[in-house]
Amino acid sequence: MAIEVPDVRESFSQAIYTVTLGATPQEGGTRERLITVGGERALPFHHFDGEIPHPPVVAMEVWDIPPQDWPPVVRAPFQDVFDDPGEWAKKCVEEYGAALICLRLVGCDPNGANRSPQEAVQAVRRVLEAVKVPLIIWGCGVPDKDNDVFPSVAEAAQGENCLLGTITEDNYKTLTALATAYGHKVIAESPVDINIAKQVNILAMDAGFPLEGLVMYPSTAALGYGLEYVYTIMERTRIAGLRGDKLMAMPMLVDVGREVWGVKEARAPVEEQPEWGDERARGPFWEAATAYTYLLAGADILIMRHPEAVRATKLAIGKLMGEGA
Amino acid sequence: MAKRLTGIEIYKLLPRTNCRDCGFPTCMAFAMQVAAKKVALDQCPHVSEEAKAALGEAQAPPMRTVTIGTGDRAWEVGGETVLFRHEEKFHRPCAIAVRVPDDLPPQELSARVKEATSLRFVRIGQEIGVNLIAVEHRGGDFPTAVQAAREASDLPLMLICEDPDLLGKALAACGDGRPLLYPATSGNLEAMAALAVEHSCPLGVKGDGVEGLAALTGKLKELGVEDLVLDPGARGLLPTLTALVHLRRLALVKTFRPVGYPTLAFAVGDDPYELLAQGVAYVCKYASVVVFPPIGPELALPLLAARQNIYTDPQVPNAIEAKLYEVGGPGPDSPVLVTTNFALTYFTVEGEVERSKVPAYIAVIDTEGLGVLNAYADDRLTAEKIIKTVREYGVMDRVNHGKIIIPGLVAVLKMEIQEETGWEVIVGPEDAAGIPAFLKNEWKPN
Repeated sequence: MAIEVPDVRESFSQAIYTVTLGATPQEGGTRERLITVGGERALPFHHFDGEIPHPPVVAMEVWDIPPQDWPPVVRAPFQDVFDDPGEWAKKCVEEYGAALICLRLVGCDPNGANRSPQEAVQAVRRVLEAVKVPLIIWGCGVPDKDNDVFPSVAEAAQGENCLLGTITEDNYKTLTALATAYGHKVIAESPVDINIAKQVNILAMDAGFPLEGLVMYPSTAALGYGLEYVYTIMERTRIAGLRGDKLMAMPMLVDVGREVWGVKEARAPVEEQPEWGDERARGPFWEAATAYTYLLAGADILIMRHPEAVRATKLAIGKLMGEGA
Repeated sequence: MAKRLTGIEIYKLLPRTNCRDCGFPTCMAFAMQVAAKKVALDQCPHVSEEAKAALGEAQAPPMRTVTIGTGDRAWEVGGETVLFRHEEKFHRPCAIAVRVPDDLPPQELSARVKEATSLRFVRIGQEIGVNLIAVEHRGGDFPTAVQAAREASDLPLMLICEDPDLLGKALAACGDGRPLLYPATSGNLEAMAALAVEHSCPLGVKGDGVEGLAALTGKLKELGVEDLVLDPGARGLLPTLTALVHLRRLALVKTFRPVGYPTLAFAVGDDPYELLAQGVAYVCKYASVVVFPPIGPELALPLLAARQNIYTDPQVPNAIEAKLYEVGGPGPDSPVLVTTNFALTYFTVEGEVERSKVPAYIAVIDTEGLGVLNAYADDRLTAEKIIKTVREYGVMDRVNHGKIIIPGLVAVLKMEIQEETGWEVIVGPEDAAGIPAFLKNEWKPN
């Protein structure tokens, strides 16, 4: 006797906005590969509910100065290229298959190397020349300095359709104006707070920036360090977007590597924590596990560091998109 | 099939006298509350036995709770009520099981079981670990292997054996611990059900998809087995995730009783990253038991941390009691560290102080569960509050150095505290990870 099983598929009224990064020579840029994210009309990998046209993508992180605080496990693969953002980016794309490069202008931090806007531009140019994938360019995070640096950077990358970050509730006018003037997209940052997330989008919109040009960054926590808060904010944001809230229907970005490689579980050598096992396996596992969790919460772009974790995350994305099935 | 009743349907089963003995103004008001599961039907003293029977089934939780094992290490799964943790919370952390084949040499089998059992860690004040040992029949001596696993571990067992005769032999030797039996299939259903009834064990059912499962659970219920755990038979990341989402929605959104049970998923493959991806996905999306091949601590730790995160109650602020904590038996020479009562912050600081092997006092300020930076931004970690709390604790009378260490992230509070109290305020590291080096190299009482 066959039992009739109810249909549990859920259809959503709105698709997530589609965001394309990069521009080909015909479009005024120099990229050979473009990346498109968003467009899904379903919860993460719930293909039975609706279309998921674009898989999430992994961006790899490149700095404008050699990092000091990366632990040995994640330094090792890049040791030979830390001095040159171009070579570093090339290694990420050619050897490790990065879909995007996230160039982080850490060197501009006034409390650190305090590099000039011109030096930042050099780093951007180096990376644009070295690789042909789209770029994320992330400021040093000090609002005044970012507002000082981004005018030159946005201009130098004119027409390349980069993703620039970040705008916040308190600092969004300069970057949205620059992105409009020079043809870029923008990362909208909020501090693990769904209301502020929406507010930043509204501010950008009111400043004349199109909602379709935003990628939301709800902040990121490493696995074990508040991940559940971000996870749930992302789930709520995605559900709201799919159910018709246009101010919440943006693709989402998580900054996995930066958070993960700061925590003890990824860093501590086995001599210090014998019961945790070998850090050469544990560190990349921690980064991959953090990435997997955010994939299930709705991440469209993941910024990561360790090549093994990147490989594994790309593999998981392939499986979740039904490749090889 | 029994569906959840609406308020109107419940109303029709009530006396409809509006007597108010239930505490509600009308029978209708009471019926609506019962339908919303805010109150129990028996709060009406006049309700008939027929109405109770009719409602009993319909008001049962949409997903059954099943206990695996007995005693301290028994593990409850299922009983979930929502699809998303923000709607309420996830109630019962899924069990992590580690498989051990029965064709291993006895000593190796014991060693593997002990290894899996030892995968226990303390994070944020909670012990997290592997919950089940799954002994799998792969042509070896199953009863002996089960016996050996039981001797080597105090964890509950899952017994994977399709042959009811062999499973019966294993149960005869050690069937009193409520192991999870698996798999009941269309081929061995009656015999497996009989074993589950005889030994009062929960039973894992493997079906061909959701439809297949629904057909089997009905028969098992007739055979008297209700403590079921469902395996939809899917293997691999996407098929399993898809099946788990369907089962959860059917159970909770549609109250489809044939699948109103906890679920079972297998993480399979040789690449440890693939195992981890499956594990994390099934933890996030709805498995009640996840079975792994042998795993090391490097993989177990992130997996268990993911489970801990996802099953954290989002409604409870993650705070610990604000008081004076003593680590390692501090004395008059010991440092006094200030931190917040956000659980994660406190336990990170405590862990690092322990690691430094320098006995210390930790004066925890009540920041209502916020971390250092958030608390500072929100005016819940101020110089005034630190001074007041530290004075209340009386800790400065118990030390002889008059020094206090504040978090590096609130270095800005140093002068205010110093001027107000005369204590020597030392700015500690910004990150807890810097505490051991700080206490060993920079801390000096005099």
